[in-house]
Order: sequence, then structure tokens, then C-alpha cells
Amino acid sequence: MMERVKTFFAAMVAALGLIFAAVGAASAAPLRIEITEGVIEPVPFAVPGFVAESTGAEEWGARLAQVVADDLTGTGLFRQIPASAFISRPTSFAAPVQYADWKAINAQALIMGAVAVADNGRLTVKFRIYDVFSGQELGKGLQFQGTTDGWRRMAHKVADAVYSRITGETGYFDSRVVFVSETGPKDDRKKRLAIMDYDGANVQYLTDSQSIVLAPRFSPTGDRVLYTSYATGFPRIHVLDVGSAQSRILESQSGTMSFAPRFAPDGRTVVFSLTQGSNTDIYSMDIGSGGAQRLTNTPGIETAPSYSPDGSRVVFESDRSGSQQLYVMPAGGGEATRISFGQGRYATPVWSPRGDLIAFTKQTKGRFHIGVMRTDGSEERLLTASFLDEGPTWAPNGRVIMFTRETQGASGQASLYSVDVSGRNLKRVRTPGGASDPSWGPLQ
Amino acid sequence: MKLTTKAVLLVGALALAACTNAGRFDNADSVNLNDQPGSGAGGAPGFDDPSSPAYFQQAIGDRVLFAVDQHTLSAEARATLDAQANWLAQNPDYSAVIEGHADEQGTREYNLALGGRRANAVYEYLISKGVSASRLKFVTYGKERPIEICSEEACYAKNRRAVTVIAGSVTS
Repeated sequence: MMERVKTFFAAMVAALGLIFAAVGAASAAPLRIEITEGVIEPVPFAVPGFVAESTGAEEWGARLAQVVADDLTGTGLFRQIPASAFISRPTSFAAPVQYADWKAINAQALIMGAVAVADNGRLTVKFRIYDVFSGQELGKGLQFQGTTDGWRRMAHKVADAVYSRITGETGYFDSRVVFVSETGPKDDRKKRLAIMDYDGANVQYLTDSQSIVLAPRFSPTGDRVLYTSYATGFPRIHVLDVGSAQSRILESQSGTMSFAPRFAPDGRTVVFSLTQGSNTDIYSMDIGSGGAQRLTNTPGIETAPSYSPDGSRVVFESDRSGSQQLYVMPAGGGEATRISFGQGRYATPVWSPRGDLIAFTKQTKGRFHIGVMRTDGSEERLLTASFLDEGPTWAPNGRVIMFTRETQGASGQASLYSVDVSGRNLKRVRTPGGASDPSWGPLQ
Repeated sequence: MKLTTKAVLLVGALALAACTNAGRFDNADSVNLNDQPGSGAGGAPGFDDPSSPAYFQQAIGDRVLFAVDQHTLSAEARATLDAQANWLAQNPDYSAVIEGHADEQGTREYNLALGGRRANAVYEYLISKGVSASRLKFVTYGKERPIEICSEEACYAKNRRAVTVIAGSVTS
């Protein structure tokens, strides 16, 4: 089952500087999307099927171009021009670009790719991006090699390059999401840990459905996953090695229940909730030594901790004021500052990887929302509203949030959704069945 | 101010408990009948046998209900727990696991903690009535194990519960 994970291709990214001379001064290219601007007119792009440079590569050329197009279109920032509108159909990767043909159909960006499949089954993929209206190449051509198993990753890397060169932001397409796969009716739900590409492809199951599993969280490098499992009969934090799918209990204080774990940016420290008696507090622990430190000390429920990207602070929820609100404290514990003051209850805060925002779940007037606020609690914005939205997780570039949406009623089911931090582009993420508790991993 | 809120909530809890027919006997999923000492394989559990887990579940009442976001025990809940403590005193071979639950109207982590509070409230109460702590464990399921699946208060009221699940004999 884990074969694909273990043999995942080692992406070889090489600038094609020796093979191709970079054309023009790419830094002067005017094609640019400012993501922070209020209203965005999607940039029209053309991505012809990647040119086959070996026999048997045609099929790969079409599939690669499709994934690149889906990635870009899925952001809401780009609009694909259908191939039926094309005037010229490139048959050679090296031939000069006929800019007039692409201008005529208003393709502002042109993505040209080529693919070859070697006798040993390895794919070589190369691409160039053109700013059609300025008649220049945008950045330099790149080449990847890998096994056919990794073909989608190569397409995602192409799309990441396009996204990055046009928006100035890092991309997020070559990333994975760990989540809880759900099957069965509401009163007999089976839950399994699963991992997939950010777009729902390549789903693999990491646990069976014998025990309830909850809220997996990727390590900063994506090599491990923390999650809560009832394998012992009690909720306990486990840590799973993604490559081998082997897991172990993280801590074993008897008579206690632990949940809501998250890695620190150093990948060694874990912060989590521990219930003792009626009280739930936040602790941190060195994952190697097992040495734990208590960070909160009130009779309330303190849970859902999340580190700032620099590791210096922890945002968490507490009902110490009488209802769930968000607080920030130093990573070593100490005085906590309340940052949420609006009406309703605030929960599951997650610090943006950019450090500028905190995403959260808000419950008010019988509805649930995913929202964001600045780290001091100002400029709160609600991005979604439904019967039950919860558990936001950030794309590695901090521009998109994925979360769980559960529908109402006896046939209610959980699904994953994503939304831009601007509130635009709300959409369902494709999963094989029900799905909840996403955790978005790093750019690979 | 705090006291007023509590009083209002308590009244709310009593009203809910009164109208939701907490004593319905059709939710038999919480007792693992396979683990009962002395019960015949596949046979009907001994409801007539006052020392059977089935009797505990159905005649004594294995669960107590809670108001929204609360873990305080109502008068009715305390009466049920008094009877549970009495049964446990008379049947010292059994241990019990108290399972705390929440309705779906809350975030996952908070509901885990809330279910823990509810289970702990029952745990502490039973101990205060003389049940040995060594016979009791408690666990939270948060909102993971609803018994009623509609998204209305009638279902939520039954899901906000702590269930005392009789486990196998302590000595076995």
C-alpha cells in the first residue's frame, strides 16, 4: 500500500541554462497578478499539450497539460483558453513562439512543455512560460525527471512555477494533505487517516478503521503526522511516520486523555491538550526525550494550540472567560493575551505560515464560520458560513485555507472545502467519500 | 451575574430532561453484552436479573443528560447516579467506564474536553457516593459517537450525555 510513498520520485530540478539561452530580460515582464488586490480578473492562459519528444509520450503530454491547467484554473486567478481556440499548435518545444497567434486569442500567458519517456520508464518534463503581450519568456525554462508514478508532481511543479512567476508568491500545488476519511452513517461512522495530493489525487490510507482517529497534523517537513487515536480505548496522541505508515503513542501518562497535538516549527517540540480530572490544559513536549512542560494553568478548557511560524508564541482557545475565545501566549507558557472580542465563540486558531494572520472557527447565532484576523485580533473577516464549518488549515503559501464542512441532518456528511484568504473561490475538494480534519503539508 | 446564568441554565436542563424521555430503553449500543460474566452466548440478557449489566442499563438507567455546554449534574441526574452507585455497591465484581459525549454543535477539540468534563462529573459523583475509584475509568468521545442523528435539539439533548458502561468483572 505504501509503495508509492516509499518510491516517490526524487525531483530533479535543473535550470536549463546550458541547453537554452534565456531570452530577453524576464525581470521586466509586465504580466503580474497582485493577489492582495480586491477584485481579480482571471489571467487567460494557454497550455497546449506537452510536445512528445519520444514515442509513447503523447499520452503523458496531454495529461501533464491537463493537471497544469486544473491547478491554475482552480486558484480562480487564471482562466484557461480552450485548445479549440488555438490558431497554432506547437509541434516542437524548440521552435520560436508565434506570439501573434497567441495574442490573437488573448492568451496573456503561454505555457509550453515537452515530455519524453525513457526506456527505463522515467519521464523527462521541461517547460517554458511566455508573457505573450510583452513577447518575452517569463523566467527560465526548467526540467524535471522522475518515475511515471510522480507525473502529477511534475505537472504541479510546472504550475507552481507559473503561479509563482506571475503572482510573485510561492505556489502550493506540489503539496499534500493528510485528513480523516469518513464512511458509514452518522451514528456508526468509520474513520481512517488518509493522505492525498492537495487536489484530491493519489489518496492512500494510513490506518484502518478499527479505532477512531482525529485531527492529523503534518510535521513541518511532511515526514510525520501527529494524530489522536482511540486505539487504547482512550484518546491518545500518536505519531506516524509517513514513509513507513508506522505509528507509536507519543506519551503514556496513565489515566489521562491527550489530543489536539501540533508540531512546533522545529519539528521536535509538540504542543497538545491533556485532560486531567475536569481540567484540560496545554502542554508542550520534546518528542525525543518525552519531557513535558505545562503551559496553561487555569480551571478552564484550554485546547487547539498552534505555534507562530517563528516558534516564539502559541495561539490557543480557552473558555476561562466563560466562553471559547482566542489567546496568545509565549511558547514557554506565561501570561496569555486575549485577542478575540467579537460576538460568539472562537475556536481552533491556526497561525498562518506567513505569520500575518490567524485563521479560526467562529460559532455564532447557530452558524459556523471560518475566519481570519490579524495576530493582535484586529481586522476580523469571516470567509465562510454554513451549518458546520470548522478546523482551518493553511496552504503552505498562506493564501488558501482548507477546512471541514459538515451538512445538516440525519444524512449529514463531512467534506473538505477550500477558500482563498480573500473569501473568494470557495470550492469543495474532491475526496473518495466523506472527509474531515485536513492538515495541509509543506510545498514538496 | 454568574449565579443568575447558572440558575437559568439549570432550569433549562430540567426542562429538557423532562421532555426528552431520557429513560427510553431502545439504545442498547453502549453495553458490550459479549463481555458479561455469566451471560449465555447469544442469549437474551437477563433483564430480570437485578445483578446483570442489562438490568443496570435499563432499570437503573445507565446515562445522564446535560444542558448545552454544561457539565453540572441535574437533580434527576444525581438521582440516577445514586441508583448507579447503589447498584455498583451491590455488585462489587463489576467495573465501569464512564463515557462522556457532546452534541455536534461545537468544534471537535472543545467537545472532547467538554465530554471529558461530563464524564468526570459522573466519575467524581460516583466516588463521592462510595464507589472505589479503582473500579471506575472515564473517557471522552466528544461529538464522535452520537446516538441520535438529527440536527435538532431533540437529538442534541440525548447526545449530551454521560453513559456508565458496565465492564467485565474487576477480578477476571
